[in-house]
Amino acid sequence: MRRYRWLLHLYPASFRGEYGEEMCAVFARRRRDENRALLWIETLFDVLQNAALAHVDLLRQDLRYALRIFWASPGFALTAIAVAALGIGATTAAFTMVDHVFLRPLPFADQDRLVKLWETLPGGYLHNELSPPNYRDIKQASTSFESLASFRGLTVNMVGEGQPQQVEGASVTAELFPMLGVAPLSGRYFSAADDRDNAAGTVVLSESLWRSAFGGEASALGRKIELDGAPYTIIGVMPGDFYFPDRDALLWTAMRFAPGDFADRTNLYIYGLGKLKRGVSLQQASAEMRLVGAQMQRAYPKELTDVGFTIERLRDTISPQARTALYLLLAAALCVLLVACANLANLLLARALARRKELSVRAAMGAGRERLIRQMLTESLLLAVAGGVCGVALAFASLPLLVKLVPTNLPIAEIPAVDFRVLLFAVAVTCATGVAFGMAPALRVLRGADADGLREGSRSGGGRKEGLRAALVIAEVTGSVVLLACCGLLLRALWRIEAIDPGFRADHVLTFETSLPMPKYERVGVRREFYQRVLSAADALPGVTGAAYISFLPMVMRGGIWTVDVPDHPRPLNERLHASLRFVTPGFFSTMGIPLLSGRDVAESDKQDSQYVSVVSESFARHFWPKENPIGRHFDFAFHDRTIVGIVGNVRVRGLERDSEPQVYLPYQQVPDDWLTWYAPKDLVVRSTADPLTLAPALRRIIHQADAQQPVSEVQPLQDIVAAETETRKVQATALASFALIAFALAGIGIHGLLSFAVSSRTQEIGVRMALGANSGDILRMILGEGLALAGVGITAGMVAGFAAGRALESLLAGVNPADPASFSSAAVLCLIMTLAGSLLPALRAIRLDAAKAIRAE
Amino acid sequence: MNDPAALLPLPAAAFHILLALASGDRHGYAMIQDVAASTRGELRLSPGTLYRSIQRMLEQGLIVETRDRPEPQEDDERRRYYRITAFGETVARAEARRLKQLVKLARQSGFAPGRA
Repeated sequence: MRRYRWLLHLYPASFRGEYGEEMCAVFARRRRDENRALLWIETLFDVLQNAALAHVDLLRQDLRYALRIFWASPGFALTAIAVAALGIGATTAAFTMVDHVFLRPLPFADQDRLVKLWETLPGGYLHNELSPPNYRDIKQASTSFESLASFRGLTVNMVGEGQPQQVEGASVTAELFPMLGVAPLSGRYFSAADDRDNAAGTVVLSESLWRSAFGGEASALGRKIELDGAPYTIIGVMPGDFYFPDRDALLWTAMRFAPGDFADRTNLYIYGLGKLKRGVSLQQASAEMRLVGAQMQRAYPKELTDVGFTIERLRDTISPQARTALYLLLAAALCVLLVACANLANLLLARALARRKELSVRAAMGAGRERLIRQMLTESLLLAVAGGVCGVALAFASLPLLVKLVPTNLPIAEIPAVDFRVLLFAVAVTCATGVAFGMAPALRVLRGADADGLREGSRSGGGRKEGLRAALVIAEVTGSVVLLACCGLLLRALWRIEAIDPGFRADHVLTFETSLPMPKYERVGVRREFYQRVLSAADALPGVTGAAYISFLPMVMRGGIWTVDVPDHPRPLNERLHASLRFVTPGFFSTMGIPLLSGRDVAESDKQDSQYVSVVSESFARHFWPKENPIGRHFDFAFHDRTIVGIVGNVRVRGLERDSEPQVYLPYQQVPDDWLTWYAPKDLVVRSTADPLTLAPALRRIIHQADAQQPVSEVQPLQDIVAAETETRKVQATALASFALIAFALAGIGIHGLLSFAVSSRTQEIGVRMALGANSGDILRMILGEGLALAGVGITAGMVAGFAAGRALESLLAGVNPADPASFSSAAVLCLIMTLAGSLLPALRAIRLDAAKAIRAE
Repeated sequence: MNDPAALLPLPAAAFHILLALASGDRHGYAMIQDVAASTRGELRLSPGTLYRSIQRMLEQGLIVETRDRPEPQEDDERRRYYRITAFGETVARAEARRLKQLVKLARQSGFAPGRA
């Protein structure tokens, strides 16, 4: 019998209370009359089924009741749903991003065993590419890997069907695709035979390139296309959700090593990707890499001084900044959720106090405590679910705005996919929200529901009863101060970076990329002809004040670094200065607005057979000749002795947030044919007096006339390139600002709600005070004082929490003090203004009360 | 609430409970036994189904709990007795009519014996 009673607990308490005894009696009778084993089986089944149905019955009843109540006060319901939607939406969006970038496994087979291989260089440079001979030796010496592959990025001119176009891709060794374990959509990927030095060219396309350039036709397989002038056969297509090494790669070619590629151990340009053997841990493999590194150092002491090797899980190749930025987003979203919950709890608490009479009547009519709590929770869950649905829609709508926070170097999609994990999370957050803001009011009300609710004119004033509501409002203020302060810090960091001088004038300049295919353009003379045709035609366009070519634009290509050897200042190899190398056509500095500080620009007369000259940045000159005139000095650079003929201002080649190496500019003609063709100028800059984008069609025509096979890509104003530097920060700041704004508004509403309620429930008290001689100033001071007291506590707590938060995101602050007084004081001032605004209406209502009426009111 | 048609078709358990109460007030266990007897054991209401039905039928006004109790020697104080209401009788009749129409249709289609 005890067991049966225990089973009955599966029923709702109200049902059990009503019929439990009788059911026990029935069970006792049947136990006398029937086979016990069968009876138990039947009973178990009966209880499970009917208990569930009884719960559904109640739920349906409660829902109907809740809907009726919400229908009667739509303003309340809509407010609550909107608040819940904001909280749940923010959290779901943030979780989706964090899940996408950090948590979800990469879409490769055994992805947890994939590791990236890096070369470490002296001076703390831990993530460098490998040189082919080092890669080959590691492959031979190591035992930790099931397989090891290498790859490198690729930009090629593709001539197939239609317009020639420039395409990003990667060249990969044959081990790579099988290691990733993704089957081609059609065709095949590379085999070891494709890797041989003399094999015919083969190329695998991404689905998107296959569709855009070949109309998705099956017959594209086997077709021949030209990449940088060489013939390639299309052998396969990879599925649309396959990204490697990043999402810009649209095609893959087989990577081949010529014997000459193994000559130079210091030429680092390939990436290594390995799959660890089953059972080999990251630590074991890292230890082996250290060992292999030490062996290789002993074997090649000259080239590999202090060089080592390290591995890192492919999943973890995320910069600390990107990590902090996403965790910041999640923390901020949780803060919004917290504020939203506090706000909702307050809203429901106020409502529940107003509904005390109704609830007391229901209690008096026999509805038990459990029934009432259940009813209240159903109401809050219903609001939460409605808010959750809107919130999830809101979250997914906002995802495209957040893509800048997805690091570009991960092999994952740009926009996170919405899957059951995300939905599960949203459901969990919704339920937690519903319970969190429904529970407090429900319990709160029920404590007093049975007894004093029915007493006519019962007052809900009195300090203790509003304690909980005041605490909730304080929590809201705290949350919004934290968010406002963090937002202020991020904005300060953004402004600080935006104020950095890039070293050139970015306005009114249009940039083009025309990557010249080799070997067609490997001779300097051929290139000169192309540049002259393009630049003279561009110069003739109306409004154009300058046009020039450079190897790579600053901030677009950040590398291209060479070591400098100065005969006046001899240094050992590993202590030599590194400088960025760029070939330019005459007029580059004036077009870019880079100031020429002394000497002259490069000139058309600087030819292959004249003296090799260079223009260097101020930082370069200062480094070697701080007190002397650098013009006329010599240094060894890019295989040749160069004489300095001009000094120009420093440029932020590596972007606004990083220190850049000094810059060396060489005349475009002063390089032997077929040497350093990677540095052949290909980026065109054109300055005009009008909106630079209006020049684009004319410039495209000019380039087409100069070489019909030449694709044009990356057409963009120079200003956009500089703006892209701070784009991630702008998204961060915008996201945080919107979160802060939401929290701020919710806290304002919270203060307003609490004080309005306080005024209306203390009408009589206020009336008595006025009758006893208090003037409106006193009453105003009293109400505003209450608001300010709440705000004061909240702001103080928010300052402390905000300072901790600021410390946590220090890596995003670009040197702004985490306790930045401006950010914190503006957060505090904004919250005070909000408090005053929220308190004003209730305070005005209070002083307009008619004392006599107020006393009689109850 | 007072429209019998709104409650049709009645769940089988509810209809049987109404039939069992037609001949007088019953407590729960008696209803289970009555229904089993009148259907020759084919329908055996489980306690869960019975009391869930009773709860709903009370809300719908088909039955009421009665305070008239039998002689003390036959009574068990834990038992509660139920009585069919006038509305309950109306609904039971409406359900019977509905079933009769259904059987008539079945006869016309040749699915049931007897004249259409």
